[in-house]
Amino acid sequence: MDTDDEFMSTVSSEDDMLPDDSDNDISGDDDFGFDDEPDPDLGIQQDIGQNKRAPYDVSFRVYEPQDIQQQQDVLIDEVNMILNISKEESAILLRHFRWNKERLLEQYMDHREKALEAAGLSQTTSAPPKLEVIPGFCCDICCEDEEGLQSFALKCGHRFCVDCYRHYLGQKIREEGEAARIQCPAEGCNIIIDARSLDLLVTAELTERYHKLLNRTYVEDKETLKWCPAPDCQNAIECGIKKKDLTRIVPTVACSCSHRFCFGCILNDHQPAPCELVKKWLKKCADDSETANWISANTKECPKCNSTIEKNGGCNHMTCRKCKHEFCWMCMGLWSEHGTSWYNCNRFEEKSGTDARDAQAKSRVSLERYLHYYNRYANHEQSARLDKDLFAKTEKKMVQLQKESGMSWIEVQYLSAASMALQTCRQTLMWTYAFAFYLARNNLTTIFEDNQKDLELAVESLSEMFEKPVTELADSRLKVDIMDKTSYCNKRRIILLDDTARNLSEGKWIFNVEFSNPTPISGPSSRK
Amino acid sequence: MSSSKRITKELNDCLTSPPPSITITLPSESNISLWHITLTAPPESIYSGGKFGLIVQFPPEYPFKPPTITFATRIYHPNITNETNGSICLSLLKTDNWKPSTKIVTVLEAIRQLLVEPQPDDPLETRIAEQYKNERKEFEKEARAYVGRYAKGPVQFGTEAGAATTGGEGQQQQQQVS
Repeated sequence: MDTDDEFMSTVSSEDDMLPDDSDNDISGDDDFGFDDEPDPDLGIQQDIGQNKRAPYDVSFRVYEPQDIQQQQDVLIDEVNMILNISKEESAILLRHFRWNKERLLEQYMDHREKALEAAGLSQTTSAPPKLEVIPGFCCDICCEDEEGLQSFALKCGHRFCVDCYRHYLGQKIREEGEAARIQCPAEGCNIIIDARSLDLLVTAELTERYHKLLNRTYVEDKETLKWCPAPDCQNAIECGIKKKDLTRIVPTVACSCSHRFCFGCILNDHQPAPCELVKKWLKKCADDSETANWISANTKECPKCNSTIEKNGGCNHMTCRKCKHEFCWMCMGLWSEHGTSWYNCNRFEEKSGTDARDAQAKSRVSLERYLHYYNRYANHEQSARLDKDLFAKTEKKMVQLQKESGMSWIEVQYLSAASMALQTCRQTLMWTYAFAFYLARNNLTTIFEDNQKDLELAVESLSEMFEKPVTELADSRLKVDIMDKTSYCNKRRIILLDDTARNLSEGKWIFNVEFSNPTPISGPSSRK
Repeated sequence: MSSSKRITKELNDCLTSPPPSITITLPSESNISLWHITLTAPPESIYSGGKFGLIVQFPPEYPFKPPTITFATRIYHPNITNETNGSICLSLLKTDNWKPSTKIVTVLEAIRQLLVEPQPDDPLETRIAEQYKNERKEFEKEARAYVGRYAKGPVQFGTEAGAATTGGEGQQQQQQVS
C-alpha cells in the first residue's frame, strides 16, 4: 500500500507536468533548459552576448589577484608617463584620488603643490631611498645613539634608526592592516611611505602582506569593484550596478569560485527579492518577537499520532515512522490528496476586510500571514541543506555503485546536475516567499504565485526522485526522469526570475512597504 | 625594543626642565612605566584653582603604542568620562593617529590645552557636550562645582587605581555612579 501510493504520486506528477511543459516550450526538447541556465562560468563572457541578456541578468566580470595587480600597474604606468614622476609617487597619488585618473590629472595640472601635499608627497624628488649611517645620530624613538647605527629617512628628512622603522612598519602592516596610508613616524608629518622605501626596510614576508593590503585598497576604493565574499576566495568582481539601481534590479553575480552573491549587498543570491526587502525580511526574522514562532516552525507533530517529527529529507512527503501516516510537511494535509489535486499550499489566502475592525484579530492575521511566508521560506532553506547532505551521501554510494555495476564516472554526473539545480531553485524559492510577503495583491501577484507554484512543484518532485535508494537511482529510466526534471526545474526558475525582474525594472510591483529611496517613476503606490 | 631607555630619557627631560604646571612622581621606584602626574589647571580655564591627578601607563610596546592616560580626579568635561579613572578622548592618543616620535610632554600639553578648550564636537560625554554648546553658564557652574568638590586639597591617585587602569575597575566605578 505504502509503495503503491508513492508510485501513484510520482506518476501523477509526471502527468501533471507534461502538458505544462509543452505549453511553455514549443520545441519540447527537455535539454533546452540547459542552454538558458545562467552558468556561473559564462559570467566572464557575458559582455559578448550583451544583446540577449535576460532582465534578471547583469553584466559583470571576475578578476583574479593578478588581474587586479595588472590594472593598477597599467594606471600607475600611465600616470608615470604623463606626469613624469616616479611609479611610487604615481601610485600614492592614484590611491589618494581613489584611482580616478582624470581627476588626478586635472588637480595635478591646476594645483600641483596642493595635490602633492594632500596625497602626502613632498615636492622635492630625490635619489632612490637608501639606508645611511650618520655620525652623531640619535634615534628620536628609541634614544639609541651608538656608533654605526643604520638609519633611514623619507623625503621629509625625519630620520629614525632602522630597527624602529621596521618595528613601526611591522606593527602598522601586521597589526593594524594599514598599507596605503602609512605616514612617516615623525609627529605631525603626513608624508606617506612608498612601496620602494618599504621594500628596502622590511622582510619579504611583510612586503607580500603589504602588497596584498595595497591591492585590497584598490578594490575597496573603487565603487564598481567588490571582493567575492566566499571564504578563501581572492577574486574581485566588477559590476556597474549603482546603489540607486538596487530598487530596480537584483544584481546577482557569480564568481569563478562558483559562489553566487548579490553585488548590491554581498549576501548570498537572493533573487527575485530586491536588497531592501531582503534587509527588512532578515531583520524581521531575526527580531526576538518572532523567535518563538520560529522554534515552533522547526518541528511538527504527526497529525495522526502526535509524535514529534523533525524533517530529515528535502522532500515534503512525510511518512510517520510510528504510525506510517503519510502527510505533506507544508500543509499537514493527507499526502494522497496532494497526489491528485496537487500542491495548492503555496499561496496565502488573505482574509477580506470584514474583521479588520477587530484589532486583535487583525494582528493575529498578520502574524499568521508572516508565519505562512516564513515557514515556507525556512522550509526551503532547510530542504536545500538536507538535499545537499543527501547528495553527499548519495555521491559516496554512487562511487560504490560505479564499482559494482560498471557505470562510468560521467554516467553518474546527472546526480550532481540535479543537486545543483535543487540548490539554486530552492535558493530562489526561498526568496520568493520573502518577496511575496511584501507584495501587495494585484493581477501580477497571481501570475507570480502561479510561477512560484510551478517551480515549487517541479522542485519537490525532483527532490523526491533524488531521495530514492541508490539501487533505484541506477535504473536508466529513473535517470532519464531525473535529467528531464532537472532541466525542467531550471527552466521554471528562469521563467519566474524573468517575470519578476522585468516587472521590477519597469516598477510594476506594488509593495506593502515603502522603499527608503523611492525611484521617481514609481506608480500610484507612492505617497501623495 | 628597549622602551625603558626611551621612558628613562623622557622622565629625565621632564625632571630637569619640568613642563609648566606639571609635577611628576613615580609611585614605585622599580617601575618606570607608571607615572603619577599632578596637573594644575591653567588659570585661563574654567577649572582654574583645581589640581588634577593623572595616571600615565606606558605599554610594553611604547613608543610604538600610545601610553594610556586617565584622570584620577573627577572632572566635569565633555571629552573626559564622568567617573574616577576618567578616560580621555584625544585624537593624538588613538592608535591610528599615534606617532612613535610623539613625546609625553606633547601629550600632557595637549591635555592641559583640552582643559582650556574642550572639543564638544568629539565628545565622550554627549550630555555635557550638549550643555557646553547650548547652556554655557550651566556648564561652567557645574564644572566649577566639581572643582570645588573633587579638585581641591591633596591629589588622590587611589590605592588600586594606579595598578589597574583596566576596564574592570572602570566598570565598578560606573556601577557606583549609576
